[in-house]
Amino acid sequence: MTAIELLSRGPGRARTSRHPAWRGAVAGGLVLLIMAGAALLPPAWLDLDIHAVGVPPGPWHPAGTDSLGRDVAARTLAALSVSVTVGLTAAIASTAIALALGLAASMGRGADHVVGVLTELVLGLPHFVLLIMVAFATGGGTTGVIVAVALTHWPRLARLLRHEAQGVAASDYVAVSRALGRSRLWVARHHLAPHLLPQVVAGFVLIFPHAILHEAGLSFIGLGIEPHLPSVGVMLAQSLREIIAGHWWVALAPGLGLVIVALAFERFGEALRQAAAAPGGTG
Amino acid sequence: MLTARGLRHAYDTRTVLDGIDLALAPGEVLGLGGPSGSGKSTLGQLLAGRMTPQAGRVRLDGAALPAPAPGRPAPVQYAPQTAELAVDPRWSVARILSNGGPPDGAALSALGIQPGWHDRRPSELSGGELARVSLARLIHPGLRALICDEITAQLDALEQAALLDRLTGLARRRGIGLLLISHSAGLRARYCTRSLTLVARGG
Repeated sequence: MTAIELLSRGPGRARTSRHPAWRGAVAGGLVLLIMAGAALLPPAWLDLDIHAVGVPPGPWHPAGTDSLGRDVAARTLAALSVSVTVGLTAAIASTAIALALGLAASMGRGADHVVGVLTELVLGLPHFVLLIMVAFATGGGTTGVIVAVALTHWPRLARLLRHEAQGVAASDYVAVSRALGRSRLWVARHHLAPHLLPQVVAGFVLIFPHAILHEAGLSFIGLGIEPHLPSVGVMLAQSLREIIAGHWWVALAPGLGLVIVALAFERFGEALRQAAAAPGGTG
Repeated sequence: MLTARGLRHAYDTRTVLDGIDLALAPGEVLGLGGPSGSGKSTLGQLLAGRMTPQAGRVRLDGAALPAPAPGRPAPVQYAPQTAELAVDPRWSVARILSNGGPPDGAALSALGIQPGWHDRRPSELSGGELARVSLARLIHPGLRALICDEITAQLDALEQAALLDRLTGLARRRGIGLLLISHSAGLRARYCTRSLTLVARGG
């Protein structure tokens, strides 16, 4: 009696991960903080100050100043807001490409074949090489970075969505709905969309940290955001010379800021991906 | 009266059905047996209009099967084997039941569907309960014949008896022709007025 009672009263599978809403609040709050901070930042704080060149972190400059006397903390905030904007735009575009191709693949065998080959082609090429090529071809700059990141980050998500869409389209429950008189459009709206939506959201959130990291990478090698704009990649590239001069703090703030933002979204996306599994753990 | 004449179907080069004739009268419970791979499910899907035969034709009262349209569910429905795969795991039971139109109260009570299940998800029902829900949504006012493809294969003997007693009773009262596809000769002998057996074809 006790064994059965214990079993039936058990709490079920313990959740190992934190709730996605909590992690989403952290990631979203971080972005809001960055955007609001950058918007409210007095422009004078970004100016050069020849009286404060290479100052280590202290009460007046919490993250120090660089060799031109610019406040690193203020510049990091402005750079992160540029990175977040670029990353967000590129991630949205990339997710849209993945969704369009994933849906196209479920239309028919020919379309599926084309999408499959295209996906494997992009997946097969080294990520960063392709990024550099696209950024170079589009002439670099902010637009170049957005295009390059958008064109290189869709394949994994497209593959996942293609698999999901085909699974739903071939399912018994779609066949039953069709036999009960439901149109294709209705099936897409009521069966397909609810299955794909969590995957699309999780995919987008997971693309975002990659997008900002690669934006920084491209800017670091000089193919990304224009050097006069504050961006994390440009800041890190310029800090190389400063580190040699012993000014380690110039690299610390932008590096740390980038890692924190990327990590917050990575953890949010991971929690979403786990929660995207259908209720009851089936399907 | 659902009739099939000279049905033929092949998967690539493998012919599974050839020259099949069949008639299912309203309110009749007809059994269909045969070894695995003999084409029972294929025949069921042809009869329900889910697939088109490569030769021969399926008629309902002498006319071709009407294509389902919004508000007009197919008059011949096919109930697949595994109820768990035949319902959308994200839908509530109430939504599943009203998929083909407003749920039929008499059919729901005949199949023993409790109002308390309505807010639950498919994963929160037992196998037998879900099998009944999966069947109940197919029963609509225009239903003439129901093809049940091994619907009780995953249920224990008690669940099986409970489901089939309720279903055959409902079909006889409503004049719905019932085709029970089953491996079990005992089950067919118990519930069906007559029974057909497909033989496996070589190759």
